[in-house]
Amino acid sequence: MRTGTLKQILLITDGCSNQGEDPIAMAALAKEQGITVNVIGVMENDVIDDQGMQEIEGMAMSGGGVSQVVYAKQLSQTVQMVTRKAMTQTLQGVVNRELSQILGNRQTVEDLPPDKRGEVMEVVDELGETVELEVLILVDTSASMKQKLPTVKEALFDLSLSLNARSGQNRFSLFVFPGKKNDVEKMLDWTPKLESLTSIFSKLTTGGTTPTGPAIREALTYFKKKKSLRSLLSRDDDEFYEESI
Amino acid sequence: MMMNSMKSQFNVNRGTVIDGKWHQNRYLIEKELGYGANGVVYLAKFRNQHVALKMSDNGISVTSEVNVLKSFSKVQGSPLGPSLLDVDDWKTQGKVISFYVMEYIQGPDLLSFIKQKGDSWTAVLILQLLSDLDKLHKAGWVFGDLKPENLIVTGPPPKIRCIDVGGTTIQGRAIKEFTEFYDRGYWGLGSRKADPTYDLFAVAMILINCAYPSRFNKDAGGLEQLKERVKQSKQLQPYESVILHALQGKYHSALEMRQSLIENMQGSTGQQQTRMQKHTKPAQQAHATAPLKQQKKKKKGGVAETLMLILLISCLYFFYIYGQVI
Ligand SMILES: Nc1ncnc2c1ncn2[C@@H]1O[C@H](COP(=O)(O)OP(=O)(O)O)[C@@H](O)[C@H]1O
Ligand SMILES: [Mg+2]
Repeated sequence: MRTGTLKQILLITDGCSNQGEDPIAMAALAKEQGITVNVIGVMENDVIDDQGMQEIEGMAMSGGGVSQVVYAKQLSQTVQMVTRKAMTQTLQGVVNRELSQILGNRQTVEDLPPDKRGEVMEVVDELGETVELEVLILVDTSASMKQKLPTVKEALFDLSLSLNARSGQNRFSLFVFPGKKNDVEKMLDWTPKLESLTSIFSKLTTGGTTPTGPAIREALTYFKKKKSLRSLLSRDDDEFYEESI
Repeated sequence: MMMNSMKSQFNVNRGTVIDGKWHQNRYLIEKELGYGANGVVYLAKFRNQHVALKMSDNGISVTSEVNVLKSFSKVQGSPLGPSLLDVDDWKTQGKVISFYVMEYIQGPDLLSFIKQKGDSWTAVLILQLLSDLDKLHKAGWVFGDLKPENLIVTGPPPKIRCIDVGGTTIQGRAIKEFTEFYDRGYWGLGSRKADPTYDLFAVAMILINCAYPSRFNKDAGGLEQLKERVKQSKQLQPYESVILHALQGKYHSALEMRQSLIENMQGSTGQQQTRMQKHTKPAQQAHATAPLKQQKKKKKGGVAETLMLILLISCLYFFYIYGQVI
């Protein structure tokens, strides 16, 4: 099986969007382009209200990813877990599609007897270790995020520690919203070394509105377009995967 | 998909019958044993035997843990994890939930046991743990999510057992699952690549955890903070050098750490004896420290042996080259 590149957006926010397109629709748009959207809601002394919760879950659901709402203290552990989980989920989707091609009529791993699932899982594990991964990190820097930013920085540092332990290649990039001039501002271009964000974080300013939808839409354009991409659309519901040929 | 801890996600109470879809085994739930990020574990009855049944709405994690347990079962000798009894699906309310059934390991977790029975058990149990880890490492695995909650002391006689193989990773890959306090990456003391030293770091943190049951947060992080904590605890004095070695990844194998711990314990009981005997018979003091002296002598002997060996090999090498030239 050929491994392509897994593409993820990791959105870190602490509440509801209040400007521009519906972020849930934009997450769905990402999914249509083979990009998974994972969302993490961070709380400190505040709580995220129902509306915020619904938006966070909605984005992950329509973006084919994973969401989690946590207190800032647990952020590091959560960020790496969410990213990993989403990877496995996507890879499982790929393997499922391969399986249904081999076995016919929409068979998935769950349709196999439990004793047979193990071998499939080994393939998923192996892919998770070796697949190339692109993570575009999208950080909400609206005013309420101010005290949370140091924790976010630490969590991202921790994420690179986890992902760089894999043998597959990683590329990270970092964007914040709202930007100084636009909805989104690029802080760090694609790089295998997320460690370089340390200096960037000290320069970040917070304030302004929360244009989550426009930020996602804009972020999509920063994923590298490869020459020939074949998007394999999943037949039942969830994940997407792109195969570079 | 929303991630949650699995608490009360399933409507499973005492008396619930779990019917396996594939193997038709029937399990009667007695109570919940615990839960974590990967599922809920229940105590159940099967053919009048107690078993532990782990359920998850994430089929992936069930399959992945089952894979590890299956591979463990092929390793000879004392079991590395709970032994695997069954894997199946349970159809309930239109949903399909994956589960697996394993040996029920009865007993308190490591910290509760030590709290009950006293600190003199710490070394014993850690020695047992290191033996098991050594086997696990030799079989090509790293346990990963090593922490007191995942260590149960059964018995009698007391024997430590590892449960929860959710973090168990093939050596050389990225650690699948970990808990910050026991993770060397979190403390800035190494990578998250699975190698035996990763587990040994966690063992050192478990020892520290014994002295600080409610753990502590990272401030400065790094070796300095941990060193300071170890120094501050009287209880940790006998283990200080072992802990510091393991924290820095200086032990190459669990067996090496184990040996070092044994030597250290002997050293420290020796010292205690000396201290006690000072008050009574000073004459015996020399006797009490004798083993230490012997050790030193052995080391000197070792150096001499090494020198001899180097000399011998150099000679042989010289003759070999000489022979080649001619
Ligand atoms: N085989 C077992 N025998 C007895 N208790 C168990 C067994 N497996 C798990 N438990 C109990 O259930 C708890 C949660 O199980 P665990 O496998 O650690 O779940 P998670 O992977 O979600 O952390 C454990 O902390 C332990 O108390
Ligand atoms: Mg556990």
